[in-house]
Amino acid sequence: MSEFPARPLPALTEDTAPFWTAGERGELLIQQCDHCRYYIHPPTGFCPQCESRETHFQPVSGRGFVETFTVNHKQWMPGLPERYVLALVRIAEQDDVRLATNIVGCDPDAVTFDMPVRVRFEQAEDLWIPLFAPEEVFAPENAA
Amino acid sequence: MSSYPEKQTAITGIGQSQISRGADKSALGLTIDAAMQAIENAGLKRSDIDGMACWPGGGGEANGFAPVSIPALQDALRLKLNWYSNASETSGQFGALFNAIGAIAAGLARHVIVFRTMYEATARKTSFANALNKPGERVYGIFNWYAPYHVYAASLQQALFFNQYVHRSGIRPEQIAQIAINGRRNAALNPAAVYRTPITVDDYLAAPIIATPLRLFDCDVPIDGATAIILSHRDAARDGPNPLTWIEAVGSSMRYRNNWVQLDALSTQAQPEVARMMWNRTDLTVKDIDVAELYDGFSFHTLNWLENLGVCGLYEAKDFIADGKAIALDGEFPINTNGGALSAGRMHAYGQVHEACVQLWGQGGARQVKGKGGQGPKVAALTTAGGPLAGCFLLARD
Repeated sequence: MSEFPARPLPALTEDTAPFWTAGERGELLIQQCDHCRYYIHPPTGFCPQCESRETHFQPVSGRGFVETFTVNHKQWMPGLPERYVLALVRIAEQDDVRLATNIVGCDPDAVTFDMPVRVRFEQAEDLWIPLFAPEEVFAPENAA
Repeated sequence: MSSYPEKQTAITGIGQSQISRGADKSALGLTIDAAMQAIENAGLKRSDIDGMACWPGGGGEANGFAPVSIPALQDALRLKLNWYSNASETSGQFGALFNAIGAIAAGLARHVIVFRTMYEATARKTSFANALNKPGERVYGIFNWYAPYHVYAASLQQALFFNQYVHRSGIRPEQIAQIAINGRRNAALNPAAVYRTPITVDDYLAAPIIATPLRLFDCDVPIDGATAIILSHRDAARDGPNPLTWIEAVGSSMRYRNNWVQLDALSTQAQPEVARMMWNRTDLTVKDIDVAELYDGFSFHTLNWLENLGVCGLYEAKDFIADGKAIALDGEFPINTNGGALSAGRMHAYGQVHEACVQLWGQGGARQVKGKGGQGPKVAALTTAGGPLAGCFLLARD
């Protein structure tokens, strides 16, 4: 996606900074309750399951599934490729944690519902943006 | 059922400015036009208005989304108010009306002017004004989690939700097209609509795809325009020139995750619980609805609402709509009778309120629906929608 215009970036808070910066270490971090192990996203420091305030950021597998997606066809600004995929991915560890993302590494028209995907990161200024590519891209025979 | 406070409030007057793809006066000027028309339509004077509400409030001048604030209109009209409130974080755009119901029920006001103004047609001529997120910008707020993913318009988010609906329901493009075709057919009978030339299924299919499965004619039309509504205490409404038209029931709940990524059910959005709340507050049923103004910011919202109001079952809108006869002016469930936001223009839910009153008051002219008894419509359903937000209410008259 390097041909794209610069990505708008999220303003960080103390709660969200770990999520947007851990990609430097190749980690997808999701906040987790210390007590009941529920994944809390967006991170708030409060577990809505057991009301614990004791949480940590847990590296997850980086695997997930395409919950839904759209293939963009409109060039919203100069330099934007004609087609790209916006998706919501549910992480493998917990169905109700969804991440907005772009699906990369494949033809936009090849994306399907429930397709297995895996995270990869793209640096943008001081942030590392989680993107997802089809799981098959990571198979040994396809690995770059 | 009579204890619910909304039943003690009534819409007594309506006003609407000229709607256009580029106004010849300011957003405030349009709002004054709509407000003065509504006050006169209710048989009132400026000095009778003691409350003011709007959605969302000011602060959206640059992109035309929220170009007129409560202070601006209050001062322009020199109104003396007992209660006023904007309403940006509410159950969709109807939150301003719901707040006004509360104020009237609490005795804080008798006649509340509720307004919504859009100036998006002009704003988009001068800049990349509709962008949710802009390159080089650090994004705060409700779309923060979408920020890095080239999400420049609401249509991209709605396409995400819509695509799952299409996947699960199996609806075909030519069935989806009937929402836009119906709107344009009705707009041809509405002199105030911005697009009035009929379209066909072929036109719909030939238009550009914005983001799959959303096509151009699934998206509403940015306009310059203002709508104003006078909401009054029912006791104060009886003396007015318009037929007594009360709020029968509201659905204002937020029982889901209020988040544009994590919303509980993508393919129904926030509507099921909102509809359930409304039906729990009335003896009426979906069979009593004579005319429905269902939010069509995107045609997907209208499909959703047909199902979530109970007009048809989940994922059955495709069969209900079929060739469009059921939702036409002379069909069993006429919708979006002025052309809706898709063709009359994006008045952002308040165009629907205006049109529901026009229909209930028998002033629809060539687009007037007859109602179930043939004596004119008695009950109108109104809905808004968008991701985690939804609201709905019933308007009724004797």
